[in-house]
Amino acid sequence: MSVLDSKVPKGPLKTKWTDYKNHIDLVNPANKRNIDVIVVGTGLAGGSAAATLAELGYNVKTFCYQDSPRRAHSIAAQGGINAAKNYQGDGDSTYRLFYDTVKGGDYRSREANVYRLAEVSANIIDQCVAQGVPFARDYGGLLDNRSFGGVLVSRTFYAKGQTGQQLLLGAYSAMNRQIARGKITPFNRHEMLDVVKVNGKARGIIARDLVTGEIERHSAHAVVIASGGYGNVYFLSTNAMGSNATAAWKIHKKGAFFANPCYTQIHPTCIPRSGDYQSKLTLMSESLRNDGRIWVPKNIDDVMAIREGKKKPTDLSEDERDYYLERRYPAFGNLVPRDVASRAAKERCDAGYGVNATGEAVYLDFASAIERYGKEQAKIHNIENASKEKIYDLGKAIVEAKYGNLFQMYEKIVDQDPYKTPMMIYPAVHYTMGGVWVDYNLMTTVDGLYCIGEANFSDHGANRLGASALMQGLADGYFVLPYTIGDYLSHEIRTGKIATDTPEFDEAEKEVTDKINFFLNNKGSHSVDYYHKKLGKIMWDKCGMSRNAAGLKEAMVEIKELREDFYKNVSVPGTANELNAELEKAGRVADFLELGELFAKDALERAESCGGHFREESVEIGGEQEGEAKRNDADFAFVSAWEYKGEPSAAVLHKEQLEFNEIELKQRSYK
Amino acid sequence: MNLTLKIWRQKGPKDKGSMVDYKVTEISEHMSFLEMMDVLNEQLINKGEEPVAFDHDCREGICGMCSMFINGEAHGPDRGVTTCQLHMRMFKDGDTITIEPFRAKAFPVIKDLVVDRSSFDRIQHAGGYISVNTSGNTQDANAIPISKHAADEAMDAATCIGCGACVASCKNASAMLFVGAKVSQYALLPQGQVEAVDRVKNMVAQMDLEGFGNCTNTGACEVECPKGISLENIARMNREFLSANVKS
Repeated sequence: MSVLDSKVPKGPLKTKWTDYKNHIDLVNPANKRNIDVIVVGTGLAGGSAAATLAELGYNVKTFCYQDSPRRAHSIAAQGGINAAKNYQGDGDSTYRLFYDTVKGGDYRSREANVYRLAEVSANIIDQCVAQGVPFARDYGGLLDNRSFGGVLVSRTFYAKGQTGQQLLLGAYSAMNRQIARGKITPFNRHEMLDVVKVNGKARGIIARDLVTGEIERHSAHAVVIASGGYGNVYFLSTNAMGSNATAAWKIHKKGAFFANPCYTQIHPTCIPRSGDYQSKLTLMSESLRNDGRIWVPKNIDDVMAIREGKKKPTDLSEDERDYYLERRYPAFGNLVPRDVASRAAKERCDAGYGVNATGEAVYLDFASAIERYGKEQAKIHNIENASKEKIYDLGKAIVEAKYGNLFQMYEKIVDQDPYKTPMMIYPAVHYTMGGVWVDYNLMTTVDGLYCIGEANFSDHGANRLGASALMQGLADGYFVLPYTIGDYLSHEIRTGKIATDTPEFDEAEKEVTDKINFFLNNKGSHSVDYYHKKLGKIMWDKCGMSRNAAGLKEAMVEIKELREDFYKNVSVPGTANELNAELEKAGRVADFLELGELFAKDALERAESCGGHFREESVEIGGEQEGEAKRNDADFAFVSAWEYKGEPSAAVLHKEQLEFNEIELKQRSYK
Repeated sequence: MNLTLKIWRQKGPKDKGSMVDYKVTEISEHMSFLEMMDVLNEQLINKGEEPVAFDHDCREGICGMCSMFINGEAHGPDRGVTTCQLHMRMFKDGDTITIEPFRAKAFPVIKDLVVDRSSFDRIQHAGGYISVNTSGNTQDANAIPISKHAADEAMDAATCIGCGACVASCKNASAMLFVGAKVSQYALLPQGQVEAVDRVKNMVAQMDLEGFGNCTNTGACEVECPKGISLENIARMNREFLSANVKS
């Protein structure tokens, strides 16, 4: 096993980034005009990177599979974005945000990266406000904050329950400015199908125009992958239907190491599954846990009565309810981190206390918040002896102002009014914290090939806290990559235009075309979704919220068999030269079928419980933390980075040892 | 539920389309409309036929990609929803449902129910932004106080998902609710004031160039908008436009 060089700069943590920026090579503005950069993916990370690189003067080409960059799945992020502004005066600081993030990541992230993230977080808010992002304001006209799971300060900036949408539209508006200037050329409804390497350096991509089917060659001096996460490997997840691993997986096959593939964040507050036809799961912002209390009935008789429709949740008195998070974690209560909340919900449901027909749901109750806010409002408005109804109305208005769109979304899907009856929630696959391995410069193990946002293995480690994905996407795109890529491009000023009529482009294009022709000529008997659903089931059952060695070994075998069957029996209708959604899916599922196996292999290797993944063999026995995840720092304080060797099962493990100089590794306790 | 679907099938942008009938069976009332379409497509693929092409992505009502015209209404019969949030409980066993693409000159059909809405992007390129460098050296965010009322109103306008339901619902295929929402967001915020005059003039000019019609205050756009974008935004855009022309 070789040792990976993270290229973290020397010197004290607090000044690393500043010193780094002071010493990198810069590109003369006149030379920037001669340098091309490709950005694949236009969500928060890709959009902000494209806009900033174009503004600096590089020629940028952007690629996205949607019809507009504005539809990237970052748009669906709801709750908020963290920043160490300490506007609330509640003790927040760069160090505290850094500390919370490393701890929330269960000490499996790179210290220097997380510190840099915390450092630039405040700039993100300034930048977005300047761009016209309508963050929530208080009555004095200043920015408002809310708090999120896993932290004790109020540092989350938000725009109703649509923060991701507003931040993405901000980045998209910055892109628009550069498109108008001619510095960004957008290729929408295009999918990257391979990366092209010349003399070991990334020099371009092969893309398919999803409308005409045309295969195109695009060259550049550097390629940036910002294609998001791979949660759809589970079929059912909170990801958009088109979210895929293809760009990240294709670069992995061309030499970029893939790190921590088994790190998946399971989100605790999603709308439960209702049937087999279901195409995806819907997330409800974690911010709901600020005001919602989570419970299941104490008595199994009440559970049965509720399932049979003989009782309603509102019939149960306070002492007939088990507020299990408040019971188990008195310090953080309903605001424990996502992994802890998810596992606790699963534990209750596995014990038979699930409250819906499938037994996979717990309640998220707003009744006491409505009452509390109602009484507060009555006081503010000097209403004496307010009636119960008046208090309810006043309180409901406050809850509606905070979470109105989420409540509306829930009601549309479930057909129940969450103001009147508690919501039902269950954990679902959400954000993937594994991804392409990158160094401090956000460069992969391939020269000139960068990876940012959710697509990289991120700064967050095993389990990230809420409201930090948006922060990482924008930090990478606006404030980190523009510096680090400049250092690399400063050596490219004499390269000149890169030709696309070379053997390297020929070869990559041929591979892409062959694969497309294979799918269309296979004429098998099963649809692409048939395979995707089967893969999803293996992943959820054996590589989901809790895992064990036997299950993971089985999963590896089953996924390989499924992949072989896919190549024999998949059926893809239509032709290559048209809009063909099935063809698009076929390529993406083919990649998931490989990634899934590597995922299981990585999970098997990591014989510790950590963050979002719970290894059944590794659990705290006895003591205050009994039953909680048991990390093993002596053996597993490393990033696993896999090198592709033809088959996922043959992948070679490289380790980046994680060093913690500023933070003491401790048992993560939220009690 | 068993349903008859009448769906617009069109091979490509230059081909002539037509309505084709399909039957689907065992549809659960808990399914979303798009999941019902998935069931139909799975059925077609298994029969060796081509599935119906339709745009969809987040399936959470926020990306704005899904664009179906169902029984004569953008996103179908429910109010305040996108197609992915429309549930089959809105229909009855034995219903016949007509499904068409959003129709407007500025939204040419690409295939079946998929339309080209890049005209919306080009309007945004014409001025849908505030000119600020992404340097990280902007002034502290709280140095720009904004009243809660203005921030909330700007947020209401910014809520637009750019789905195009307003255009599809309008007898004139007008994009004024969409453009009005964009102009309003920036007009309501102090940051957007410096270039407000140019912004509204350029965006309106591009909107006209793309072939969208004018607003005749029918209000269908507001009724069909999944995000409740108000007609006030059109009024505000008109006011901004008029004042911009008076000023320069």
